Amino acid sequence: MTALLEIDRLLDDLEAGLREKLEERGVTSPALIGIRTGGVWLADVMSKRLGLQEPWGELDISFYRDDFSRIGLNPKVKPSSLPFSTEDRDIILIDDVIMSGRTIRAAMNEIFDYGRPASIILATLVDLGARELPVQPDVTGRVLALQSHQRVKLRGPDPLHIELQETGH
Amino acid sequence: MTATDPSKNSLQLTADGQLRHFLTLDGLNRALLTEILDTADSFIEVGERSIKKVPLLRGRTVVNLFFESSTRTRSTFELAAKRLSADVLNLDINTSATSKGESLSDTLLNLEAMASDMFVVRHSQSGAPHFIAESVTPGVAIINAGDGRHAHPTQAMLDMLTIRQHKGGFEGLKVAIVGDVLHSRVARSQIRALNELGAAEVRVIAPATLLPRDVESLGCTVEYDMTRGMKDLDVVIMLRLQKERMEGALLPSEREFYRLYGLNQEKLALAHPECIVMHPGPINRGVEIESAVADGPQSVILNQVTNGIAIRMAVMSMAMGGQMAERSRKLAGRAQG
Repeated sequence: MTALLEIDRLLDDLEAGLREKLEERGVTSPALIGIRTGGVWLADVMSKRLGLQEPWGELDISFYRDDFSRIGLNPKVKPSSLPFSTEDRDIILIDDVIMSGRTIRAAMNEIFDYGRPASIILATLVDLGARELPVQPDVTGRVLALQSHQRVKLRGPDPLHIELQETGH
Repeated sequence: MTATDPSKNSLQLTADGQLRHFLTLDGLNRALLTEILDTADSFIEVGERSIKKVPLLRGRTVVNLFFESSTRTRSTFELAAKRLSADVLNLDINTSATSKGESLSDTLLNLEAMASDMFVVRHSQSGAPHFIAESVTPGVAIINAGDGRHAHPTQAMLDMLTIRQHKGGFEGLKVAIVGDVLHSRVARSQIRALNELGAAEVRVIAPATLLPRDVESLGCTVEYDMTRGMKDLDVVIMLRLQKERMEGALLPSEREFYRLYGLNQEKLALAHPECIVMHPGPINRGVEIESAVADGPQSVILNQVTNGIAIRMAVMSMAMGGQMAERSRKLAGRAQG
C-alpha cells in the first residue's frame, strides 16, 4: 500500500494523464482551479509541471455544499479566488481525493457563477470509488479500493505526502 | 459588561455553540465574533462576482419585519437575503395588520404559519426580538435589526469588519464614539464588540446630557471635550444626532452641538494621521459632520454600507445553518428513540 501511495509517482501519473487529455481535447492554454485545501496544493504543483504562465485559482465550496441544511455553515470558510474570468475558458479542476462526487458537483456549480466555461477537465490525485453521484474524473493518479476502516489524506504543502490512516475498528 | 449571560447565550446558540438567533453581542465570545467577520470576508468576494449569489438559503423564506422605518438597514438585509437565494417578504408593520388591531403575537404566528424560516426584526421597544425568539416563534431564526435603545448588533459587526479591513486588527487601537450615545443602540453594541475583540481603548465623547448614566460600566472612558478626546485616535465613529428621539432640552441648539461635537477638518487633524472616519448613516451634514470630512480621504462611510451586506449574509447564513442543524439533530434523535 505504501509503495502505491508514493507521492512523486502519483504526481508523475497525474501530469502524464493531464498532458494526454489536454492534447486529446486540443486545449493549449487551460486555466487551473484547485479545490481547497489539498486541491490548491496540487494546483500549485501541476501549474509548475505543466509550465502554465497564468496564476491558478482556488475554490472554497462551503457556500455550495449540499449538507448545509444538516450541519450548518463551515465555520472555517475562506474566500474563493479566481484571478481570471472563467467565461469561455478551458478549465482544469483539480482535487486530492474523489469519493462521493458531491464536492465536485458543488465546485462546478460555483465555477458557473463566475461565468460559462468552454470545458472542464476533472483531475484527482486519488479515486476512492464509493461514488454517490454520476461524476467521474477525466484523469486520476491512482484508483484505490480502501477497507472501510481506512482513509487517505493529502498532507502538505511542503513536503506534499499522502497519509493512509487506519481508524479505530 | 463582558460577562457572559447564560440565559442569552442559550437562547442565541445551539448546544453545539452554533448561532441560531442573532439578538445581541452580549454573551458572544471573541472566537464567534471573529468567525462572523471571517465569514463576511468570504461573502465580500461573492459580491465581486458576475453572479453575486450563492445557494445557501434556497427555498427558505425570510421576512423583514420593520416596526420602525429604515431605508439602508432594510434594503441591505433584503439584498443580503436575496444574494443567499432566499425568498424575501418585506413587511412595513406601521401600515399593516397591527393598525387594524391585530396583536404582535397574532401577526407573527400568521407569518410562521406561512412557513417562514427567519424574521429580521426592527422594533422601537428594547427586547422585542428577544421576546419573539423566546416566546412567540422559537422555531424561526430571529435577527435583531435594531431594538429601541438596546442593540443593533449587525451594524456594530459591519463597523468591526470595516475597522479590521483598514487597520488589520484591533490590538492597540484607540477608538472614539462621538455624539448622541444616550439614544444610540449602535454605540452599545460597538462598545461591547470593541472590548471583546481587544481594542486598547474605547472612548465616548459627548455632552453629559447625551450620555447614559453609568456609561463607563459599558466598558469605555468618557471625554466631554472633543479637542482633548481626538488625541491619538485610530478610529473615530460619529453617531447621528437622533432628533426624533430627543425629549426635553438635551441640547442648547444644533449649531452649538456642531461647534462643540461636530467633526470638521481641524478636529480630525488632532487624531492620528491615518485615523479613519466612520458613521452609521444617515448623515446629518453640518450637524455632526462636515461634508469635507464625510467625503474626504479618511472617510470609510461608504465601505461600511458595502460591508453591511456581507455581514448580514454571514449572520443570516450562520443562524439559519444553526437552526437547520438543530432541527435535523432533533429529527435524527426522534428516529433513533
